[in-house]
Amino acid sequence: MSPVLRFTDVACWRGGRLLFEGVSFALDEGEALWVRGPNGSGKSSLIRLAAGLLSPAAGSIASGEAALADESLALDREQSLERALRFWARLDDGTVWLEGALQAFELDHLAQVPVRMLSTGQARRARLARVVASGAPLWLLDEPVNGLDERSIGLLGSAIASHRAAGGAVLAASHVPLPGGEWRTLELHA
Amino acid sequence: MIGPLAWREARRAVGAAAWLPVVFFLLVATLIPFAVGPDVRLLARIGAGALWVAALTAALLPIERLMEPDRADGVLDQLALRGASGEEIAVAKILGHWLTFGPLLMLASLPGAALLGLDGDALGRALLTLAIGTPALAALAVAVASLTAGLRGGGALGGLLLLPFAVPLLIFGASAATVGGGQALKLEAATALFILVGAPFVAGAALRALRT
Repeated sequence: MSPVLRFTDVACWRGGRLLFEGVSFALDEGEALWVRGPNGSGKSSLIRLAAGLLSPAAGSIASGEAALADESLALDREQSLERALRFWARLDDGTVWLEGALQAFELDHLAQVPVRMLSTGQARRARLARVVASGAPLWLLDEPVNGLDERSIGLLGSAIASHRAAGGAVLAASHVPLPGGEWRTLELHA
Repeated sequence: MIGPLAWREARRAVGAAAWLPVVFFLLVATLIPFAVGPDVRLLARIGAGALWVAALTAALLPIERLMEPDRADGVLDQLALRGASGEEIAVAKILGHWLTFGPLLMLASLPGAALLGLDGDALGRALLTLAIGTPALAALAVAVASLTAGLRGGGALGGLLLLPFAVPLLIFGASAATVGGGQALKLEAATALFILVGAPFVAGAALRALRT
């Protein structure tokens, strides 16, 4: 069985600076990896490398279908939350999971509210709901607990746990511990 | 992926300011008679060219909202993650943008032609040249929007970038709209085709460069 994500001796070069090199790991089904390290150590770049949005300066990355939740919202402000999420779910063939994703983050009562009216925390949950609705086997989460209250962190934990139980994998960058079961860790140094 | 993306683009334009270029177009067409005086024969002679100048300036307005908001909001990243190439995104944007730009502009040419005193035949010729030229204007706007996305003052820079590339269209389009402009019409169509085919590749390369 091949891993969901594999980094082999990956180096990342950004803005004329070597962020990290020699990073190797494999992420199997059901596994979760917590990328930690100080600000500027390249956590977000590692997530973007895994997403294929950046190319590595050296080494190779093998990954399948992935869903990404990063700093940006990427939902049409003028549409209702449900319709904005449905746009992406359609592209992902994930409309069947949309209802469940909204419920998983207790957003179902906000489904008809325009995205621009959502609070910061609600918007943070909305971008996580998009990841759940994608149905992708690999979740890439960049600082997923930022801006979440305690209850929402619990929701994220159960979403991650059920994703892993279903054979999914998670790669998350965070400077605080993450919920959702046991995490392997990968330490990046500044 | 192109279908839903083009549809999203058109929907967003209608929700935002699709009418703005049209109003701008009419405004420019209104200014010409004020500037050159109400001489009907003179206006009829320069009318088609004036319509084209108006169309060209109207094409500058949407540049700012074509790519930059989607870049800033991570939409382009999410699309790339789903395997959309920059060229695909560009084609979808051109299609969606033209749908809310070209037909509206041609519709606005009717009152525009009246303001400039164009007769029915002249209006018909102008509409034909606009039908051929506006897809190329939309393609140029998307390419320039991709090139200037993420830059401060990208909108103004976009205008400076777009206008020189649109000059051949303006020359052939305006002269094709005059009596006996058959040859110019062919040249306009060739120019428009060249721009339409080339723009997605320029935009695609610009979008890829944006990510690094």
